[in-house]
Amino acid sequence: MTIWDRIMNLDRRWIYLCIAVVVIIPAVVSFKVPVATTPEVKKVFDFVDKMQPGECFYLGIDYDPSALAELDPMTYAILNQAFSKDLKVIIGCLSQFGVGMAETRLAEMSAKYGKKSGEDYCFLGYRPYPAICILTMGVDFRVTFPLDYYGVPLDSLPVMNGIKNLMDVKGVVDITAGNVADFWITYGNGRFGFPVALGVTGVMSADYYQYLQSGQIFGLISGIKGAAEYEELSGFETTGMESIPYQTLSHAVILLFIIISNVGYFATRGRKGK
Amino acid sequence: MKKQIPIYFVLVSGIVMIIQYFIPSEESEWLFTYANDWVIVIGIFALALGIWSLLRSEFKKLKNPKEAFYAGTVLFGYFIMVFTALTREGREAGTLHMNLFNNILIPIQATIFALLAFYIASAAYRAFRARTVLATILLLAAFIVMLRLIPLGPLSAINQTAVGWILAVPNMAAKRAITMGVGLGAIATCIKIILGIERTYLGHD
Repeated sequence: MTIWDRIMNLDRRWIYLCIAVVVIIPAVVSFKVPVATTPEVKKVFDFVDKMQPGECFYLGIDYDPSALAELDPMTYAILNQAFSKDLKVIIGCLSQFGVGMAETRLAEMSAKYGKKSGEDYCFLGYRPYPAICILTMGVDFRVTFPLDYYGVPLDSLPVMNGIKNLMDVKGVVDITAGNVADFWITYGNGRFGFPVALGVTGVMSADYYQYLQSGQIFGLISGIKGAAEYEELSGFETTGMESIPYQTLSHAVILLFIIISNVGYFATRGRKGK
Repeated sequence: MKKQIPIYFVLVSGIVMIIQYFIPSEESEWLFTYANDWVIVIGIFALALGIWSLLRSEFKKLKNPKEAFYAGTVLFGYFIMVFTALTREGREAGTLHMNLFNNILIPIQATIFALLAFYIASAAYRAFRARTVLATILLLAAFIVMLRLIPLGPLSAINQTAVGWILAVPNMAAKRAITMGVGLGAIATCIKIILGIERTYLGHD
């Protein structure tokens, strides 16, 4: 058996081992990888950055723990930016696990900035059936969420004064790992026309570029790279920038394996041809 | 009768909802909200039915010794998560429910998802081979997009432009075609349901 045959029949455990090793390296040797910002991320950053203190936007936290590594940095960066600028934030979840994610992160960030529920932000909690929730929130928040997550009527919350429906907020930023994004585009932007931006996982991002060009979403943060870009722009670094070296090295190894695999393929194909 | 009434109901409500979409008035908005309230109510009943169905199937499995352990674990986990979240106070940060969520559910889901990295690496090694012209195009596109995370000095800017082009032109054209196809298919299915041609949603009884 030649070396090329061995390459072609490489045991997958060697690949697993290499990936495991390169994922450990950045944990042992700390280094930074420069991140270039893209226009689609900058537009989301600018949207939050240009808002005046007291102005309000809706932040959707619609992801599961499985997407935590990619999407958590986006949530932290946006909440950091919003709370540091004294913006009002309405947080809602249309994915069942989102509420668990949102509760912990909100508790952490509100404690950091001394923000109070009901005064500086409103946590609506979770309701099933995203399409219906978006449609009804477009008419009146109180139809979908008569009470906030902590059981307080929305009408008694100072943060909700003068805010009847989604048309009264500056826009929507939805951080999601599922099809909730599609509902925001179809029923949110499509039906009511309010501005929508998305934060999605890396594998999802290719699906949403079409909506970016058509103007149905005004910005797109994709995957851990997008999160790192947002952190770079906002100056609030959490795990986004920290994760880039891990991703860079693992991608480099995968690319190396692809090259080796193709070299092996052409070497053995040539021999078979003879 | 059992089939006729739902079909007539779908026909009338479907046509009414289509008409109201194109009439911007207060009455139309009221009708829209009223219909959505009904959908929420029906959804709540469907949810209760779903919970009952899940419990029934898991209880059935308990009788089978081979499946009993897994069914028991699912049921136990289910009841723990539900009962610890029954009160509003029980769902706040630092409570038993949130501790279970943060310390059991998050690590489990995150670990399973993280394992994907290994499978993707292995799959890429075997699948991304330049066997045909189309496979070579796919390979090159994937290669360029993956390279954007690796610092290449002055080449990074060129790579970034290439990635932007791939995502915004060929990728978008393909995705748009798929989305339009799906949209047209959805419209056709909706018309078939409204007109009573498509009846699978009624079940087989």
